[in-house]
Amino acid sequence: MREVAYLTAPDADAAIAALSAHDNAMLLAGGTNVVDYLRIGVISPSVLIDISAVPLTGIQAGEESFTAGGLARMSDVAAHPGVRGFFPVVSQALELSASAQLRNMATMGGNLMQRTRCGYFREPGFACNKRNPGSGCAARDGLNRWHAVLGGSSHCVATHASDLAVALVALDATLELQGPAGARMVALSDFYRLPGDTPQLENDLQPAEMIVAISAAAAPGAPGSHYLKVRERASYEFAVVSVAAVVHAPGGIIEAPRIAFGGVGTVPWRDHAAEQALTGVVAADSAALRSAAEAALAGAEPLTHNGFKVELGRRALVRAVQLAAGVR
Amino acid sequence: MHHRVKVVVNGVPRELTVEARASLLDVLRERLRLTGTKKGCNQGACGACTVHVGGRRVLACLTLAVQCQGKEVVTIEGLADMGETLHPMQAAFVAADGFQCGYCTPGQIMSAVALLTEGHGGSDAEIREWMSGNLCRCGAYNGILAAIKTVRDAAGHPDRGR
Repeated sequence: MREVAYLTAPDADAAIAALSAHDNAMLLAGGTNVVDYLRIGVISPSVLIDISAVPLTGIQAGEESFTAGGLARMSDVAAHPGVRGFFPVVSQALELSASAQLRNMATMGGNLMQRTRCGYFREPGFACNKRNPGSGCAARDGLNRWHAVLGGSSHCVATHASDLAVALVALDATLELQGPAGARMVALSDFYRLPGDTPQLENDLQPAEMIVAISAAAAPGAPGSHYLKVRERASYEFAVVSVAAVVHAPGGIIEAPRIAFGGVGTVPWRDHAAEQALTGVVAADSAALRSAAEAALAGAEPLTHNGFKVELGRRALVRAVQLAAGVR
Repeated sequence: MHHRVKVVVNGVPRELTVEARASLLDVLRERLRLTGTKKGCNQGACGACTVHVGGRRVLACLTLAVQCQGKEVVTIEGLADMGETLHPMQAAFVAADGFQCGYCTPGQIMSAVALLTEGHGGSDAEIREWMSGNLCRCGAYNGILAAIKTVRDAAGHPDRGR
């Protein structure tokens, strides 16, 4: 690992001042992504600003809303009784992520800022427009079984890795960002950027800004919401396909569902077409659900090895919706 | 640039000078010669370097030593504080054949002890899920599961009968 300068920030103001004062500075919280990518040379900040002791770790969740500080640890948020009870899709997405050790380290803000696990991004020996803009994309014609079928461009097809972000996009969550000019709110679904011809720009975070809080209002169906994650092994793995389903089904009829997919898109993929098709369907009617699921993942453009994700995603959607609607 | 770090390792206060890039894992092994904590993948994928920091199980390979300022670190060497007497989890791993080559074992044991403290020692499926961050390439998983259940079911453990 190359040498790097290090300083600590006791609060958000100090972190933002330090980010403004240093060129090529990067925030360090749980370290689970930053330390890994620093070690293998994928990122090369000159200064690390350690915010792991910044006390933005509060968690509030109940019937009305959910809020977590940007520095709250994944494990603490997942285990919070209000999150488990009223926003189970968040608890499930968190506990199906990584391992117990990593969840004890990683923060909510860090989770949302994590970089892709595209194997070509990880390996400085390959072309990657995200790591080295203009160098090309080794994934498009490479081994792309794990890559995106939606939201890609000729420059990048890397999937977004966060399970939490998929659950939060389904809940219409909002980020509170703080920067030199003060605080601002941004919808999480507007935060992430499609790669286009600038895949190195992944989100709307401006220079010297940081995530200080994440919040969501209760949605009908949130207390029964479900996160279904399909992996290539039973645990401790990134999603091949995942579905966050927030389903309100009074009398068994689906009303205003909220659906987001992970593992298929270059950003967490909210699927309004699927929501529309599911509306009015009887949740227990598997055939009708299966037929409605054909509307999901519209516009998918599979690569050589990942065409199976479209069918897998639609099947996962049916199961996730039934679990969220209480159909067993 | 070097940084002074005060940290308590296995109950012993230490004051160390470290570079920011030094991982807790490397400092434990190379500086303090606590080589019980193993370096497996060095990228957060195997769990061999699991230690307790501030009472929680974490990966020492993805923790910078400089981030442990003022914290308590416990490694496999500090688990049994009774001289030659093993910690009950260590004894259970021996009795249940919870290892073969032994390389992942310190991490497995540190994770297993934390798992019971966290209250995740209920069903076999729950134990397997909450131990999934510790890989064993010899495949000693059945013995590891049996060892954890032995300790869980021993008299006085809060998870008994869950």
